[in-house]
Amino acid sequence: MSIQAVPVPMESPRAPWYRRLPVVSHFNKSVGLQRGMLVAGLVLTGLFVLTALFAPLLAPYGFSQLSDADGNFPTQQAPGGKHLLGTTVGGYDVLSRVIWGAQTAILVIVVAVSMSIVIGVVLGLVSGYLGGWLDRILVVIADAVYAFPSLLVAIVMAIVISGGQSSLIGGIFAAGTAITLVFIPQYFRVIRAETVRLKAEPFVESAKVVGASNIRIMTRHIYRNATRTLPLIFTLNASEAILTLAGLGFLGFGIEPSSAAEWGFDLNKALADTTSGIWWTGLFPGLAIVLTVVGLTLVGESINDLNDPRLRGRKSTGGSSPAPVDNAAIATEVRAS
Amino acid sequence: MTTLIEAPPTDADGLLPAAKKSSGGGLGQYILVRFLLIFPTIFILVTMVFFLMRITGDPITAAMGGRLPADQLQERILAAGYDRPILVQYFEYLGQLATGNFGRTLTDNRAVVEMLTTYGSATLELSINALLVALVVGIPLGMVAAHRRDKAPDAVLRVFAILCYATPVFFAGMLLKLTFSVWLGWLPVAGRARTSSELALTSLEAPTGIYWLDALRSGNMAALGDVTAHAVLPAVALGLLTAGIFLRLVRTNVIGTLGRDYIEAGRSRGVSEYRLVTKHAYKPALIPIITVMGLQIAVMLGGAVLTEKTFEWKGLGFQLANYLTARDFVAVQGIVVLLAIIVAMTNFIVDIIAALIDPRVRY
Repeated sequence: MSIQAVPVPMESPRAPWYRRLPVVSHFNKSVGLQRGMLVAGLVLTGLFVLTALFAPLLAPYGFSQLSDADGNFPTQQAPGGKHLLGTTVGGYDVLSRVIWGAQTAILVIVVAVSMSIVIGVVLGLVSGYLGGWLDRILVVIADAVYAFPSLLVAIVMAIVISGGQSSLIGGIFAAGTAITLVFIPQYFRVIRAETVRLKAEPFVESAKVVGASNIRIMTRHIYRNATRTLPLIFTLNASEAILTLAGLGFLGFGIEPSSAAEWGFDLNKALADTTSGIWWTGLFPGLAIVLTVVGLTLVGESINDLNDPRLRGRKSTGGSSPAPVDNAAIATEVRAS
Repeated sequence: MTTLIEAPPTDADGLLPAAKKSSGGGLGQYILVRFLLIFPTIFILVTMVFFLMRITGDPITAAMGGRLPADQLQERILAAGYDRPILVQYFEYLGQLATGNFGRTLTDNRAVVEMLTTYGSATLELSINALLVALVVGIPLGMVAAHRRDKAPDAVLRVFAILCYATPVFFAGMLLKLTFSVWLGWLPVAGRARTSSELALTSLEAPTGIYWLDALRSGNMAALGDVTAHAVLPAVALGLLTAGIFLRLVRTNVIGTLGRDYIEAGRSRGVSEYRLVTKHAYKPALIPIITVMGLQIAVMLGGAVLTEKTFEWKGLGFQLANYLTARDFVAVQGIVVLLAIIVAMTNFIVDIIAALIDPRVRY
């Protein structure tokens, strides 16, 4: 199918395009605490992206560097001096590995989420629009995978793809694909449900009447309308992808330390350090995970709440009754495209 | 993981086409149809796991490759029947599963079923403890957040909930260990019990394997104290992960019901705010909570794997990590299949409970 430019939710038909971009339109809708949460999330996410982009400039050493001009790095050195956040038992610089880890994380997110969006959206559209036995089978399979612990699905996939350990590119694709299988059912469910709902709308029927083919109806008429919730799932999944990657790494299914820095793997190695009171090898990669996931989750949650009129903060705080659902606005939105 | 998406995805939209059509069929029929649907779910998962694990090659090469000479390797592959067509092996495996035979592990040559029952009880104990923590922390705090919506307590609690979700259990566990075991020295670092109490508890007649239950039954108070001390940190680490989700869920649903007219009516009759939140608004919010709780079992099992590895809690997750490292895929497959069955069964039970509470679900 031909993938069109990502459609943006219509805030108001007359607003300029940049005000209708997902996050921007949400920002304008938000007030008070909610705006605070959105901004905090955007700042953390921005920091994460910038760290990943500029890792080579920011990191004092390489992620697998064990020595510099003065000789080998000391092992398990406490934070301070030349090694701001200390060194690990293997002699790696903790700060450098934390910074390089952002790059690995973002690559895995991009691979995992883009693959699952494409596959999930196509399957959801086809399944929802065509219906019949194909739909039934896909739904049962998706539900089975969806109900299963995602970490286990990822483990099984990691075994399949790499047999466990791998290089940078191989490892990123292995982790990304493993996570993809977990996410496809989510996109599939959302898109399918929307497609089933939209199929009954008059504009689909009129498209049929004027002789549009099934493929055209799916790719233009339904696709444009069914994908409005994707920015939300995207942010939530990005945070989940990081957690799954870290979980895989922690269980020893990550990427080899010599080919990339990965936070979960570092935490695995740090586990043995805790009993002897060495905190810096685990604390910093762990904090990196937490801050990144918190940032992405804050953005996702804010978008979610702002999409839901029941949860949207009220501009005028007064009565305790929830804001009435703005049916007219939703109707315009659907008709607009 | 399901976690953050607002509407609890009930099965009603897709999994239950048959049940939908049979409107008016009553509870009995609903339970029957729902029960029969367990089997395709388990079947699909077993099939997927089997074929995915075999794409890479036979389990013996994976586990022993490089450690045995090629001719011995070949001999063992022949003996185990891994040289036959994959479909033959698949149907044989299905037949074995149906009779409850999961095969033998490759690395330590134990019956998989025996391994599962030994370590399963430890995982069950951890999950129960964690669920208790999650409920005790999540539900009351969720009500507070809903009641004080958009005020400072709500903001604090929401950030807390996000932190719970965002912190990987192994990182939370590591921090708890550092603080309470290493620095303060209040609680043991790892394991399920001291060796002495472990011996006392496993030598009991017909042990359940759930240590606190065994300790209670035998009236061994010293062991009970020891077991409890060991259980605290893992339960908190795993419980907090789910507590954040419960908190969010209770908050959202109670906010939904708090806006209804009958709450306003109750308020005008002079019902206390406390009672309004904990009784009137909370009860109708229970159904989505129960549904999501069922889905949380899957999240919790995933989390249990990581928690057990962090605290050397000798359960299924700990073993899974070990077998993964040793590339013993027969054992891994056994554990994964057992977890699939557990997940399918819990979802069934949750759906039945939801149907009992709310008759609308049945139609």
